[in-house]
Amino acid sequence: MNEPLLEVAGLRKYFPVRGGFLRRPVGEIKAVDGVDLTVNRGETVALVGESGCGKSTTGRTIVRLEEPTAGEVVFHHPERGPLHLESANSRTLRAVRPHLQMIFQDPFASLDSRMTVSSIIAEPLVINKTATGQRLKDRVAELLSLVGLRPEHANRYPHAFSGGQRQRIGIARAIALNPDLIVCDEAVSALDLSVQAQILNLLEELQRRLGIAYLFISHDLSAVDHIADRVVVMYVGQIVESGPVEQLYNAPKHPYTEALLAAVPQPDPRVRTRPKILTGDVPSPANPPSGCTFHPRCPYAQPICAAETPPLLQVGEGRASACHFADTLPLTGAVAAMSPPAGL
Amino acid sequence: MSQLYAAGDDVHATARHEESHLDSSPVLSVCDLEVQFPTPLGLVRALNGVTFDVPRGKVLGIVGESGCGKSVTARAVLQIIEKPGRITGGSITLRGESETTEITGLGPDSKRMRALRGSEIAMIFQEPMSSLNPVYTIGAQIAEAVLIHQTPDRDEALRRAVDMLRQVGMPHPEAAAASYPHQLSGGMRQRAMIAMALSCNPTLLIADEPTTALDVTTEAQILELIRNLRDRAGMSIMFITHSMGVVAQLCDEVIVMYLGRIVERGSVDDLFYDAKHPYTRALLRSIPRIGGNRKAPLEVIEGSVPDPHHRLAGCPFHPGCPKAIPGRCDTTVPAPSTAGPGHTVQCHLYQADEIGHPERAENV
Ligand SMILES: Nc1ncnc2c1ncn2[C@@H]1O[C@H](COP(=O)(O)OP(=O)(O)OP(=O)(O)O)[C@@H](O)[C@H]1O
Ligand SMILES: Nc1ncnc2c1ncn2[C@@H]1O[C@H](COP(=O)(O)OP(=O)(O)O)[C@@H](O)[C@H]1O
Ligand code: SF4
Ligand code: SF4
Ligand SMILES: [Mg+2]
Ligand SMILES: [Mg+2]
Repeated sequence: MNEPLLEVAGLRKYFPVRGGFLRRPVGEIKAVDGVDLTVNRGETVALVGESGCGKSTTGRTIVRLEEPTAGEVVFHHPERGPLHLESANSRTLRAVRPHLQMIFQDPFASLDSRMTVSSIIAEPLVINKTATGQRLKDRVAELLSLVGLRPEHANRYPHAFSGGQRQRIGIARAIALNPDLIVCDEAVSALDLSVQAQILNLLEELQRRLGIAYLFISHDLSAVDHIADRVVVMYVGQIVESGPVEQLYNAPKHPYTEALLAAVPQPDPRVRTRPKILTGDVPSPANPPSGCTFHPRCPYAQPICAAETPPLLQVGEGRASACHFADTLPLTGAVAAMSPPAGL
Repeated sequence: MSQLYAAGDDVHATARHEESHLDSSPVLSVCDLEVQFPTPLGLVRALNGVTFDVPRGKVLGIVGESGCGKSVTARAVLQIIEKPGRITGGSITLRGESETTEITGLGPDSKRMRALRGSEIAMIFQEPMSSLNPVYTIGAQIAEAVLIHQTPDRDEALRRAVDMLRQVGMPHPEAAAASYPHQLSGGMRQRAMIAMALSCNPTLLIADEPTTALDVTTEAQILELIRNLRDRAGMSIMFITHSMGVVAQLCDEVIVMYLGRIVERGSVDDLFYDAKHPYTRALLRSIPRIGGNRKAPLEVIEGSVPDPHHRLAGCPFHPGCPKAIPGRCDTTVPAPSTAGPGHTVQCHLYQADEIGHPERAENV
């Protein structure tokens, strides 16, 4: 299981801030500012944090939808071994594409409305010349059934489908070439209550059957708890904590993780919590606070926090935290809600 | 009083002494409400006989899948349903501070209706930009609402605007009042919209998914604000959401909707610990929970919400219901039955209320 598939080191993505009427760069938005992470074969790593903290930019830079400013992205290609994506030319990227896919939040915007479902799903197969004629047809039918769509759906257009069905079409397309890794950016966030459960189940089933690994970007900590093996918490472009889901949720090692977990409304009226409210907003990555970027909102901040940036250090087996007081703070984990009451 | 609560004796009692017991009578009663949209593809029956009360000084939650009619219900109360949709049946009664109003008896554009909006009933939306004007400062917009309804003095109105922003926990309220909507973060815009809604001290606040687009941290702030409105100002609140977590943490009573109908209603504890309707039960089993059974598949509700153009006979949930009784559920709409005090369910598995003996209900 611990065979690395994706290794990201020191990843940075800065966007220029332009000003004046000449639109000269006057500053930088450090959307991603030194991210290290590893995804092993067949596992699910979740990337969580408040909106604007750099999750999507990290995902998009990994798959080279954005050009990285600095850092390394190594993808272990099943035949060609480790490939550096950050500097890869378009030929190498084409060779990687079948193995590394991305699905997006908005199932409506991400599908071409003029193409039928079968041509949407077939497109990657056609581009990569993987199948033609009857074999192509068979593969499309197989993919439709893998994601729980019916054969008669093949010739319809995306607008005739619900949000959940469109997300299934997006998933069918993403798995068409047997990828090793799918970057899922808020893949279930826009979906309805019961549809979310269907898509989460589908992703897990595909992982069991096909061994796909996921980088699961989400701000929904309940969905993450359900699907992830490991969790990476981001704040203002940097990783502040990472670790196996159970340990990280039960005993967080960073005050930001604690605050996020405390804010999750538990679906249990007998466990009513009034979380210590995290005041203020995520600071702008164009002008991040000094030292620990969380210090203006951190209830445990000390003078050192504004002065010195805490490095991301190991805090136990497979865990890391970027807090000066990671070892000493008595942080509280998620309040477990009752499972559905007996008999439900 | 509505037939749904005919079995609850206390409700009858308050109905009789309505004038003298204003405090315990529901602030809003919706009875057999029907809303239809004629569309090129046919008639959409968005609401098919919706009956409920909003208790005074409490938070009533409305949950259900996308398209089940939550927003249409909210918009009907304000008579702001998008054209060509219209209320085709039923009644909506508002029991305000000073008088009782039959909302359904008023023209949507009548003077009285316009006066009710904002002053007696205020609404906040998921997307704050839909009610904030991008070209005016936040302070000017709130002051405008105050000027219409409360004071003619412009400076006084602006002072009240800043005060409102402070009350909803806006950081730096003076600076926020001088800002334009796009200069604020999502959470701050949501607060600004709430401040605007509250500026006229409405009797009833309707919130349509005000936290759905927000982070959990900002959501927690807004929920705390709503609780304070209820607990300190005694405001009555109708809170639409599709998050079961928000329902559990915030609401006193809950309505579960499915395809334009209410399928179950009860206290929040009834709903989570003693749910009766197969749809409510399936919904509760389908949500991921922190500390739940990791990696075990989530329960899935079979079939998707049916197409609203299609008129379905019988119980709206029957195509997906594991307990459906053939020949009954697909032909006859179930009548309400009482499952306990204030707890009603519309499902053939339970004996309909003529007399309302919950213990006689066939078991699930
Ligand atoms: N302007 C309109 N024209 C036609 N049909 C409409 C219109 N507005 C709403 N409807 C229909 O009325 C029904 C109820 O819609 P409503 O907006 O109340 O759903 P909702 O429960 O608020 O859903 P969501 O959770 O997605 O906000 C749906 O079938 C919808 O398609
Ligand atoms: N194309 C871009 N140009 C300028 N700034 C951007 C661009 N894309 C993202 N950003 C900024 O980078 C930061 C991180 O954004 P994003 O990765 O989308 O966050 P998340 O996905 O965590 O919500 C935000 O401040 C955002 O405004
Ligand atoms: S380093 Fe200081 S400010 Fe940052 S999280 Fe730790 S205690 Fe809080
Ligand atoms: S009435 Fe029938 S179909 Fe509807 S929820 Fe009850 S058992 Fe299921
Ligand atoms: Mg994002
Ligand atoms: Mg709605």
